Amino acid sequence: MASERYLLPPDGTDWRGLETFRNAGGYAAAARALRAMTPEQVVDEVKASGLRGRGGAGFGTGQKWTFMPKPGGPKPSYIACNADESEPGTFKDRQILERNPHLLIEGLIIAGHAVGARAAYVYVRGEYVAPFRILSEAIVEARAAGLLGRRHFGTDRDFDVHVMRGAGAYICGEETGMIESAEGKKGQPRKRPPFPAVYGLWGCPTTVNNVETIAHVPAIVRRGAEWFKTIGTSTSTGNTLFGVSGHVVRPGVYELPLGTTLSEIIYQHAGGVRDGRALKAVIPGGVSMPVLSAEQVDVRMDHESLRQAGTLLGTGGIVVMDETTCMVRAAIVVARFFRHETCGQCTQCREGTAWLYKLLRRIEAGAGEHADLGTIEAVGGYMEGQTICALSDAAAWAATGFLRRFRAEFEAHVDGRRCPLPGSFEP
Amino acid sequence: MSEERAAPLLSAAVREAIVAETGKYPEPRSALLMALHMVQAELGYVPLAAQREVAAILGLRPIEVREVVTFYPMYHEHPVGRRHVQVCANLGCALTGSRAVIRGLEERLGVRCGERRADGAYSLEEVQCLGSCGTAVCVQVNNEPFIENVRPDRLDELVKAIG
Repeated sequence: MASERYLLPPDGTDWRGLETFRNAGGYAAAARALRAMTPEQVVDEVKASGLRGRGGAGFGTGQKWTFMPKPGGPKPSYIACNADESEPGTFKDRQILERNPHLLIEGLIIAGHAVGARAAYVYVRGEYVAPFRILSEAIVEARAAGLLGRRHFGTDRDFDVHVMRGAGAYICGEETGMIESAEGKKGQPRKRPPFPAVYGLWGCPTTVNNVETIAHVPAIVRRGAEWFKTIGTSTSTGNTLFGVSGHVVRPGVYELPLGTTLSEIIYQHAGGVRDGRALKAVIPGGVSMPVLSAEQVDVRMDHESLRQAGTLLGTGGIVVMDETTCMVRAAIVVARFFRHETCGQCTQCREGTAWLYKLLRRIEAGAGEHADLGTIEAVGGYMEGQTICALSDAAAWAATGFLRRFRAEFEAHVDGRRCPLPGSFEP
Repeated sequence: MSEERAAPLLSAAVREAIVAETGKYPEPRSALLMALHMVQAELGYVPLAAQREVAAILGLRPIEVREVVTFYPMYHEHPVGRRHVQVCANLGCALTGSRAVIRGLEERLGVRCGERRADGAYSLEEVQCLGSCGTAVCVQVNNEPFIENVRPDRLDELVKAIG
């Protein structure tokens, strides 16, 4: 499988400046889409490519775009671009924002043409101070060059890109939480239906796409859906940005085809486990996704293979844990996160995240009972499929995932009345 | 400088910047999060008096501003240290030693995590994932770019970078 990059510039370089980006072939795809393709043709090409969203859910991007109304309706349409990258273990969109911001702008221009949007709003997480500044500068440059704004690219269309900052709430990465936040409110997710394509930003039709998802679009337009489908697997097409962190020699972001094995990513690209230690556990797609054990490391990193392995691709944020790592402590860190980030709207989530955290703390302290393991499963069960958004499900999957995959270690905490891995990291 | 001094009103520059920000959106309320960042950059926190001023500029009720200030972790309704030090304690950073970094900073900076030093120089906070897991441990001071690849055994460097 050929591994050719089209998202990230060569290591150690960036394509921040407009000239540099253009010299690398930038904005040719946007020019072609605007001048030589109808919106329907762009949507069809992206649909044919099989591109699936890179924000976690993996929904078909072209299909999502078809939910938008035809132009000429009573309300303007918008794109809300999700740069609220907050899923622990995930730091890939930042690579695009910091090193290739014009690629995102070009993708938004093409997407805007496809769905007939008046403008795109990029919602950047508040802590991403440098990425926000770099993207803002690139937008100013693109406007000055006539690539954004009134009659952009010399067409009769107007299209602009605006950036806004979040303020530290993970829930704003949920698409309707982000829309609420972009309207200047608490980021509490909305009930659906109506979906954003009908009732999104300011009550107008809105398509919500992740940064990386949009960044794939120029290559699809430039080289075609058939080329794109030669990368990856039949149902998980294209490259993706895998972020690798934790106990590896070379943590970082690696652009590789979907379907690359987890072991290749960890041992070849990330240099293997640190300090010559043995692998114990891996979270494959951000901490919302159930953990895998070392025995499962040959799994291919695509939607279908990971589902078969009992977990999900999520954001492709891979967290590697070595043999010294206590799984209850890892579960505590994740449970603490969800307890902090629940927006509080739904009882199951608000109460359940706190329960899971307390139960895990008690087990780690050596004060747990065997019945507590059953309670974790029961609480997780109450939290799944009951709430307005998927944060509750994610919190449940994460906790029950650790318990199911490493049950013996949880039981050892209860039986020994202390943590059997005292040398483990501190949560 | 007295600790209890009344918060200064927003400067003309910040007021103008907030009004300019509203131009990006069909509804002025959408400028609220950006407006609060501007206020905090100027005052160091977002006191109630400033919230009322922002509400007036954007045509909102003060409670509509306050519910946003208190919902989002990055806004401070009360003063923090002049150097507000935030250490990521989520999984990538925890596995790489963020707990030891927090303990070391408590000692070096003379402030407990979650608190503000009496002279107002520093406050220390444990935060959720900053999106820098590949360059853990990650620390952010005020609203500045990240300090990355922090190591518990190289705290001298970190304290110098914090300033």
